[in-house]
Amino acid sequence: MSKFTRRGLLKSSAVMGAGLAMPTLITSPVAAYTNEPTGGSVTLGFNVPQTGPYADEGSDELRAYKLAVEHLNGGGDGGMMNTFTSKALKGNGILGKKVEFVTGDTQTKSDAARASAKSMIEKDGAIMITGGSSSGVAVAVQGLCQEAGVIFMAGLTHSNDTTGKDKKANGFRHFFNGYMSGAALAPVLEKAYGKERRAYHLTADYTWGWTQQESIQAATEGVGWETVNNVLTPLATTDFSSYIAPVLNSGADVLVLNHYGGNMINSLTSAVQFGLRDKQVNGKNFEIVVPLYSELMAKGAGANIEGVFGSTNWSWTLGDEGTKAFVKSFGEKYGFPPSNAAQTVYAQTLLYADACERAGTFNPCGIVESLEGFEFDGLGNGPTLYRKEDHQCFKDVLVMKGKENPANEYDALEIVEVTPRAQVEYAPDHPMFAGGSLGKCNPGA
Amino acid sequence: MRHLSKSDKSTLIIVAALALLAPFILNPFPEGSALAQFNAGYPDLMQRFAIFGILAIGFNILFGLTGYLSFGHAAFLGVGSYSAVWMFKLLSMNIVPAIILSVIVAGVFSLLIGFICLRRSGIYFSILTLMFAQMSYSLAYSVLTPLTNGETGLQVYNDDPQYLMGPNSPTVTNLFGLEMRSTFTLDLGPWAFQFNFGYYVCAFFLLLAFYIAIRIFRSPFGLMLRAIKTNQTRLNYTGLNSRPYTLAAFVISGMYAGLAGGLMASMDPLAGAERMYWTASGEIVLMTILGGVGTLLGPVLGAGFIKYFENIFSKINETVLHGWFAFLPDGLNDAIVWVLHFFVGKGWHLTLGLLFMLIVIFLPGGLMEGWTRIRNKFRGGKDDGEAPSPTAATTPAE
Repeated sequence: MSKFTRRGLLKSSAVMGAGLAMPTLITSPVAAYTNEPTGGSVTLGFNVPQTGPYADEGSDELRAYKLAVEHLNGGGDGGMMNTFTSKALKGNGILGKKVEFVTGDTQTKSDAARASAKSMIEKDGAIMITGGSSSGVAVAVQGLCQEAGVIFMAGLTHSNDTTGKDKKANGFRHFFNGYMSGAALAPVLEKAYGKERRAYHLTADYTWGWTQQESIQAATEGVGWETVNNVLTPLATTDFSSYIAPVLNSGADVLVLNHYGGNMINSLTSAVQFGLRDKQVNGKNFEIVVPLYSELMAKGAGANIEGVFGSTNWSWTLGDEGTKAFVKSFGEKYGFPPSNAAQTVYAQTLLYADACERAGTFNPCGIVESLEGFEFDGLGNGPTLYRKEDHQCFKDVLVMKGKENPANEYDALEIVEVTPRAQVEYAPDHPMFAGGSLGKCNPGA
Repeated sequence: MRHLSKSDKSTLIIVAALALLAPFILNPFPEGSALAQFNAGYPDLMQRFAIFGILAIGFNILFGLTGYLSFGHAAFLGVGSYSAVWMFKLLSMNIVPAIILSVIVAGVFSLLIGFICLRRSGIYFSILTLMFAQMSYSLAYSVLTPLTNGETGLQVYNDDPQYLMGPNSPTVTNLFGLEMRSTFTLDLGPWAFQFNFGYYVCAFFLLLAFYIAIRIFRSPFGLMLRAIKTNQTRLNYTGLNSRPYTLAAFVISGMYAGLAGGLMASMDPLAGAERMYWTASGEIVLMTILGGVGTLLGPVLGAGFIKYFENIFSKINETVLHGWFAFLPDGLNDAIVWVLHFFVGKGWHLTLGLLFMLIVIFLPGGLMEGWTRIRNKFRGGKDDGEAPSPTAATTPAE
């Protein structure tokens, strides 16, 4: 290294100063919106958990995303594009641009998910971010997308907050939520277990657990049940035995597991091992309820879920045309039926692409406009509305039960009731959803 | 700068140049080329390099100089983040009050923890700090939910008070109106270099942190800290009370972590409890050891190394691998991808672990030892006075 002279130092510090000031002096060349696609392709960001308690759901989502991209680009048999009531999609990508994608691992952590989404937006030029198998993550990433000026199509997120107090103009949710689960489940539970029940809640300790527990408690108390206790469990818990043991002495006769994914598999297995389901309390059979079900959880929990009630957004056993088309193309590609996580992200990807086509632009504000108040059918859930006030989809909810004698591991759940949309609807300013505002759509740049 | 020796001055200038030109250095491959995957010159990652650099420099003041291995440094980072986000919620989105408060709160918090933990040394000290960090994590995760918003993470909402917000104040983090996220993209042929204001704010703090660290390393206070590392018993027998020195080092290093936490929240106004988890603390130790304990530059390099792997290797998925080896026949392609996919994507930890193992075995002094060895080879082992004084730079890891 050469010696530094006073003159050299002065020179270099002047250059340094100029360099430091540069980014503030010159503003970025004007683009209409963040990551406006200029080439022949458009990039979508699929941000799903590949590690952590929701990893199974994440990998199923990724499969569905890849299938959706294939269909959008005109590959495969087109899946639900053929049954979708909007015919704007032509199988030539989106607005004539080939669809490409990048993937990231959210690790089921808000920080990691935001870092991953940021790198998709800043490095890979993603125009839309979708995914999330945890409401905490979905809420965090939705906030990021609002600030960055890209669209967020929420994947598997069931917390009331996602389209309630944390709703954002750039965020949209197709999946149902805790309130809807409560509204759909309560009448079925009343019919099966009676009006006089004492419920004990174990709840995952984050936004989804809190709001689902609140919803289920309100709905079951509405039919006359009593709530004995609500215990919060950390998301990272793997051994639930210390939480299950106190249930035995609490005088409760129903255990509500507000858990999901790997958590639910562990807590349910633990509850069954403790013999809860063979117990008689208050002269009644002890029962377990899992308000939010998924096929992957049912598969993981095996025989433990027999006869356990829960709700789902969709099921591959439905008989409508959209479901049939989707199950067929998913099954042909991967060799097993899709979960409801896969269905919701597939639908979200098509809905986004369709909104772009109808708006004629990738500009987030145009997309927000064309999705708000959009009514459609043919994506497996029956007639559906994207409500303008909170960007939540309204559609039928399925009440499911663990099958007594499943034919195979994918057939572990049976539909008990299709709860009509009218029964699960609520006002946008319902107290469980109050406190936030959509704000204005942000195109960034 | 006047007080610095010539060699320190040139180190500082090298670091300044690296920090200033990072958008160029980290983006060597043209956009759209197959190797663009390895570019790291986008704002979020560059900010992380600088922020974790600050964190590692601070950690090194404690671990590198006094030899006290703290396993709970992430707690101070988390506390800093939470204080910064609360400033955004209560005052305005200006980062100045946020960063000041985060440093102060982390300082007070580390004074408290240090006062208790420093009654023991060695492994007991490490375990005590680990326990405190895990306690902070549990508190933030569930007990203090009203203050931290638990697992969801603390965020800024539209209906927060924000008393200093005027009607025209920016709603994103800013420095007196200059937004952290504002980025200028320089298109040079196929290259696109991104100059982000937030990154330069982080880089400024990195340089400041680095400068202060040099001053501490070269001061009588720094010498005292080294004496503690070398032989604390002897120091005590000479009649000196070493605890005020270790406590001061602990608090300084805690304030560095608080600064890093505050900057992290300033770049992205969200604070989650997982920032305080013990693996996050472990990561800081790894960064420092990987780079070179007790060296000035080492921790910054280590931090960059780990963050690079975390953000770049974890993004390489099977589709990308198939793309790279597409020229091979199908069977061979599949076989190679099958082997490699264990090392990229979610398997990036495996790659990092292997590299860490190699470095610790063959270069116990970390990346800095590698650098010194290469340089000595070229210069015939002659020390040209540029290397820091013998007591400093090349102390191998414990």
